Amino acid sequence: MNLFTSTVGRKILMAVTGLCLVGFVSVHLLGNLSVFAGADGINAYAKHLHDLGPLVWIFRLVMLGLFAVHITFGVLLYLENRAATPDSYAVQKSLVTTFSAKTMVFTGLIILAFLLYHLLHFTVQVTNPEISAQNLPLDAAMRPDVFTMVVMSFQKVFIALVYIIAMIALLLHLSHGISSWVQTIGLSTGPSQDKVTAIGKILAIVYGLAYIAIPLFILARILK
Amino acid sequence: MDLTLHVWRQKGPQDKGKLETYPAKNVSPDMSFLEMLDEINDGLIRQGKDPIAFDHDCREGICGMCSSVVNGRPHGKQEKTTVCQLHMRQYNDGDEIFIEPWRAKAFPVQKDLIVDRTSLDVIMQAGGYVSCHTGGVADANALLIPKPVADYAMDAAECIGCGACIAACPNSSAMLFTSAKVAQLAALPQGKAEARERVQAMSQAILDEGFGNCTNHYECEAACPKGISVKFIAKLNREYLKSMIPTSTIA
Repeated sequence: MNLFTSTVGRKILMAVTGLCLVGFVSVHLLGNLSVFAGADGINAYAKHLHDLGPLVWIFRLVMLGLFAVHITFGVLLYLENRAATPDSYAVQKSLVTTFSAKTMVFTGLIILAFLLYHLLHFTVQVTNPEISAQNLPLDAAMRPDVFTMVVMSFQKVFIALVYIIAMIALLLHLSHGISSWVQTIGLSTGPSQDKVTAIGKILAIVYGLAYIAIPLFILARILK
Repeated sequence: MDLTLHVWRQKGPQDKGKLETYPAKNVSPDMSFLEMLDEINDGLIRQGKDPIAFDHDCREGICGMCSSVVNGRPHGKQEKTTVCQLHMRQYNDGDEIFIEPWRAKAFPVQKDLIVDRTSLDVIMQAGGYVSCHTGGVADANALLIPKPVADYAMDAAECIGCGACIAACPNSSAMLFTSAKVAQLAALPQGKAEARERVQAMSQAILDEGFGNCTNHYECEAACPKGISVKFIAKLNREYLKSMIPTSTIA
């Protein structure tokens, strides 16, 4: 099918899956920020999520599909584009492109590696079993104590750093990705593109800083 | 002024090629960049050496033949200017200038600074035309085209097909070149009839010819000597999305 083989079709696939993933990143961020409301905030949020039952698994499968398409075609595009540019210039100048645009595949793979670690850490809870919600006592309202797990995790400098670095990669990835979506889907009409690019960068910074705030505030013992 | 040139020399398509250094003495600021190369070649010929091969034709900035990357920028440092219209007054005494051919898998080097751009013709042959019979010359304004639409199509039609967009693109993608023709013809009533087939065939030719995929770096627009906007790429994407809707649901 054209969507999977043609250059524009795959570009559209990248954009649409990317946009869905931005939607996920947005919802996930809103959920995460409940940590600032203390144990009652995030523990209640986590319990609500788990009570959704089979819906959780449907959501997970959709996410798996989105990630699979986005990553497969992202890597494929990178390899094809490398093959199309076998020789480099002795003097190479970038005119308007950005660091984030040139490093999309690398920031993407960093995010993938982080995602796997993140799932093992907070979802499967095998990397630090001693402070996992499954092994911690339930909270006062008899809910798994996610809040304590998060706080004790990010009090460890190594874990906090891993999360902060990964979120910087996410910030870079989004700062090209968000505005790029508008162009790819054909919505930009020239003069508007500068504004779209600026809004995309601002959104990326908002997402990045909001995510980084969580491990940072815990590491600095502001949130405990 | 005196300059030092580092020029890509390559005997033929199979040769590995390398940068060679040439001093350029007493260069007049009034010379065009290609006239400066003419002088160097004059000296090389007098010494019995092989002159530097480079593409050129009109030297008026409209034919799209000249094609050199000067100090890492296609057509040199002056915006919206082909290298033939670049003048030496843009440079200072003692400057070092690197001159290289377009670099892309789809643009194999023929000799020195000359690359084979047949791949662009192949993309054009895939759909960059209107195949209806046009008949005799139509009466003026028999076919009404609003002025903004005509202007839009003309802006796209300004592409001279030099390939600077591909030379500048980190992916060697021919998307700006292709989109200029797709957008121009899709905007006009004569071109609309074949818009679906055109966008499909031309975008397929991009990959078939060994160009890369567009990932929205916008280097093409910045390097284009005619200032073709990336809004035409957005237009191509729109046309592509439209072409994916089955005809049976439209007609």
